[in-house]
Amino acid sequence: MKHIIIIGNGIAGITTARHVRQQDDSARITVISAESEHFYSRTALMYIYMGHMTYEHTKPYEDWFWKKNRIDLVRGYVGEVDTGAKRIRLIDDTWLDYDALVIATGSVSSTVNWPGLDATGVQGLYGLPDLESMEHHTRDIDRAVVVGGGLIGIEMAEMLHSRHIAVTMLVRDTHYWSSTIPAEEGELIGRHVRQHGVDLQLQTELNEILADDNGHVRAIVTTDEREIACQFVGLGVGVTPNVSFLKTSGIELGKGVLVNEYFETNIPDVYAIGDCNEFRAPIAGTDGSPRKAIEQIWYTGRMHGETVAQTLCGNRTAYQPGVFFNSAKFFDIEYQTYGTMNARLAEGEKTYYWEHPNGQQCLRINYAAKGEGVVGIHAFGLRLRHAVCERWIREHRPLPEVLSQFQQADFNPEFSENYTDQLAGKAPPRKSWLQRLF
Amino acid sequence: MLTNTQRIGLTLFLIGFALFVGSLSLSRYQLTDAVLTSTVKKEQLAAVESATSGMQGTVYGSAFGFVSDFKSAIAKLNDGYKARNEKDKIINDDYAFPVTKAASIGFFPDNSLLFFCLSLLLCVGGALLYIIPKKRQLPGIKNNGVFHNPATNRGWIGIVIGSFLIGFYVLLYFYPEYLTNWVLMFDPLSRLLNGGPASQWFVYGTLYTLAILVMGVRMLVKYRGNPYQQIRTVSVMFFQTCFAFLIPELLSLFNQPAQDLKNMWPLDYSFYFDYRLDQKIQAGTFGLFLLVWGTALWLIGVPVMTYFFGKRWYCSWVCGCGGLAETLGDPYRQLSDKRLVAWKFERVVVHGVLVFAVVMTVAVLYTYVSGQSALFGFLDSYSLRSGYGFAIGSIFAGVVGTGFYPVMGNRVWCRFGCPLAAYLGLVQRFKSRFRITTNGGQCISCGNCSTYCEMGIDVRWYAQRGQDIVRSSCVGCGVCSAVCPRGVLNLENDDETNRMPAINPILLGNDGIRVNV
Ligand SMILES: Cc1cc2nc3c(=O)[nH]c(=O)nc-3n(C[C@H](O)[C@H](O)[C@H](O)COP(=O)(O)OP(=O)(O)OC[C@H]3O[C@@H](n4cnc5c(N)ncnc54)[C@H](O)[C@@H]3O)c2cc1C
Ligand code: SF4
Ligand code: SF4
Repeated sequence: MKHIIIIGNGIAGITTARHVRQQDDSARITVISAESEHFYSRTALMYIYMGHMTYEHTKPYEDWFWKKNRIDLVRGYVGEVDTGAKRIRLIDDTWLDYDALVIATGSVSSTVNWPGLDATGVQGLYGLPDLESMEHHTRDIDRAVVVGGGLIGIEMAEMLHSRHIAVTMLVRDTHYWSSTIPAEEGELIGRHVRQHGVDLQLQTELNEILADDNGHVRAIVTTDEREIACQFVGLGVGVTPNVSFLKTSGIELGKGVLVNEYFETNIPDVYAIGDCNEFRAPIAGTDGSPRKAIEQIWYTGRMHGETVAQTLCGNRTAYQPGVFFNSAKFFDIEYQTYGTMNARLAEGEKTYYWEHPNGQQCLRINYAAKGEGVVGIHAFGLRLRHAVCERWIREHRPLPEVLSQFQQADFNPEFSENYTDQLAGKAPPRKSWLQRLF
Repeated sequence: MLTNTQRIGLTLFLIGFALFVGSLSLSRYQLTDAVLTSTVKKEQLAAVESATSGMQGTVYGSAFGFVSDFKSAIAKLNDGYKARNEKDKIINDDYAFPVTKAASIGFFPDNSLLFFCLSLLLCVGGALLYIIPKKRQLPGIKNNGVFHNPATNRGWIGIVIGSFLIGFYVLLYFYPEYLTNWVLMFDPLSRLLNGGPASQWFVYGTLYTLAILVMGVRMLVKYRGNPYQQIRTVSVMFFQTCFAFLIPELLSLFNQPAQDLKNMWPLDYSFYFDYRLDQKIQAGTFGLFLLVWGTALWLIGVPVMTYFFGKRWYCSWVCGCGGLAETLGDPYRQLSDKRLVAWKFERVVVHGVLVFAVVMTVAVLYTYVSGQSALFGFLDSYSLRSGYGFAIGSIFAGVVGTGFYPVMGNRVWCRFGCPLAAYLGLVQRFKSRFRITTNGGQCISCGNCSTYCEMGIDVRWYAQRGQDIVRSSCVGCGVCSAVCPRGVLNLENDDETNRMPAINPILLGNDGIRVNV
């Protein structure tokens, strides 16, 4: 009986376990994780803090599921991987033998070496311990600073805001999330965030964190030497692969565990998937556009798991992602993206941009200057149909055709305003009496 | 955080509420001949008078003493009849309620209209003052703090509210004689609408409608920016006010059989009971229309409408029980049980109730036509119908259905008990264009949808596998779609053939794997 050990019970590791079990009834599957007994949804961390849900609600499968599917869960921290003897050591010195090892250990929050970083009340947000400490350190405080203009930063801002804590957000660039979205969209989000009362400070960087006599943060200093008083500092400056425990294992590491398109490492029978791996050679999607070497999102973690499970079950399968997609939510504004959408327009590309007069919804379609084939679509405050967007991008449908058929991609709830007419330049419809009253 | 207006609103509401509940204890009670003459049947009057002669002259400070003395006097009288084997004289009429109402004296009955206006004004006004300032917040659904708040996380406030509701339903169904002061307060309104004095059912109907209206405004504010939620809320407010409340009252003003034209069998389980059939037959053409309408509604309306729109057309747009659940019950939707065992239990129980309702109705109709009380020689239609009325009509629909909102969520009745929901659900599951579409691979398994599904459907289970949701219990409230932070879910009516595509274990976005399904 083949014993597959999976380190990490996040989306990548758990998807692997489920898919292996679906195809192979006999394999012994063990999932080891330090953070939690059961798989929970990391993406829902913010909702626990905000009181929308409890931890229990974030578990996608009921606790009996694992036993029923004979997936053994071990709570523990893997301190060492001995690839020669094909075994791993848990921190309590138990050894487990494997036939195949899947490393799915996710990420850790990145930091920059700011002075004062070790003050209490300064932290990132990645897992349950962070959530607990945030809960603890934000009780009864009234001012906080969030550093970083990415996805986790804005989630932290929303979390704090929900507890009526005044938030100052420091963003290095001229607009929010400039690494990924163009200026119009960045400004749209900036406006929205400010409307909520968040003090968004653009082109501002952290220089130093000041602590009081008890070692608790009392203020921060920006690079332009302004001091901002606060009792909590949230760091949202990105994540890096969680691979430090592998340093002596002989498994080759770059920033993450280096793998080929089969998720194979340099050691036979050792695979790495999810946030923690790094592709040696670039991978391209079926639409031809290159993907990042380190993919740190939920969906790719899942796809890695789906794919490596095939290989583990004897059907060696290369990773072939389709058209890229992702999504997020900035306070009340939902965001969906499909295909290639760069912050700055690539050579040979043109862009179509539509913004609703309310300034809270917008749509951008990038297309090739030659032939007008669509390469990417993203939307703020609108829901788009994944399958339709994917088809358009995969087939490089020309922009005029896409615009005239945009109704097909509309995924907004029933009775929502029909905006697709406006894409062709029509004025928005008048507000209904309900909308005017409430 | 509460604004000052909200604080004032809350205070006014609590004062009004205390006044309303407190008013139950404000009467004194005195039994007089006049009271008995106006309430007791002529042939029983003399006997009742002599049996209760000991009470005459006493002024009771509370309903408890009065009711208990009165009930024991009647019981003693009946015991005597039993002992002497005079079965035909035994008093089966429930006089406690009308007698207690008529026996109220003192400051309260004289000023009940004042109490009525003051308490309802304070309650409604206070509630609106509390609700409407939230309009100033930006649109977008805020479930902030729902699980931190003891009112909505099964904490102590929820338990207090639940206990109050349960107590209220027990009194309403089984001991209305303790609620006579409310009935007195509602007499003027009742006379205005239907020409007669109020009953406890009139009080209940009015409070029910008010709850839907006020909490409906809360829904309109809370779901700003989501037209589906707003429009269906206006719809339930409309159907409750006009169809369930005003039209039946006006019908009885014109001496017609009072009927809620949108209610239907088997939810309206007494629709085919002998006295209601007789009442309609006596009412001539209009009565016949009511009979045909009520039958066509479930026989034709349900399959046709549910085929096109799913069961939501009724459950979350029209129905009164659904209306209360979607308005008053909205703060508790997250408390429904999502476990698989709950689903298994639900299927057995709700379909069991449907079978019970059908068998009971068939037996009652059989008795009506044939004059025989026993169907197949052993199913006694009278015990079936009284059993159903007690267990399902009162305990399940009322005491458990609404009383347990703050503990088990707002759709306990609709999910586990409603025979009509079971019937609509069968149509929705097997022959309908309705489904909740899952948007490709966009689900992040966060769990908001499952948490806020009032029917306890584990929506995420389907969403994260990219599978459309076709479930008989889904009432199409649309809240799963509204709270999903990634735009994954959409309620749609579309071609029936494409609503349950073969499940591909590999989600959209991963092109490397081709699986034969
Ligand atoms: C707050 C937040 C919000 C996010 N929101 C989104 C979003 O909206 N959309 C999106 O696409 N992505 C989002 N992400 C990113 C997404 O959650 C991650 O990409 C994804 O969870 C990675 O999954 P994984 O399985 O690779 O690793 P993880 O989920 O990190 O799981 C790894 C597990 O392995 C355990 N582990 C690590 N080392 C060891 C060891 N040595 N021994 C034992 N156990 C170990 C860890 O404790 C952890 O539980 C978000 C991330 C965060 C933090
Ligand atoms: S599945 Fe969605 S629409 Fe259906 S009842 Fe649940 S929350 Fe409402
Ligand atoms: S709310 Fe949306 S993203 Fe979250 S689990 Fe449900 S469908 Fe998935």
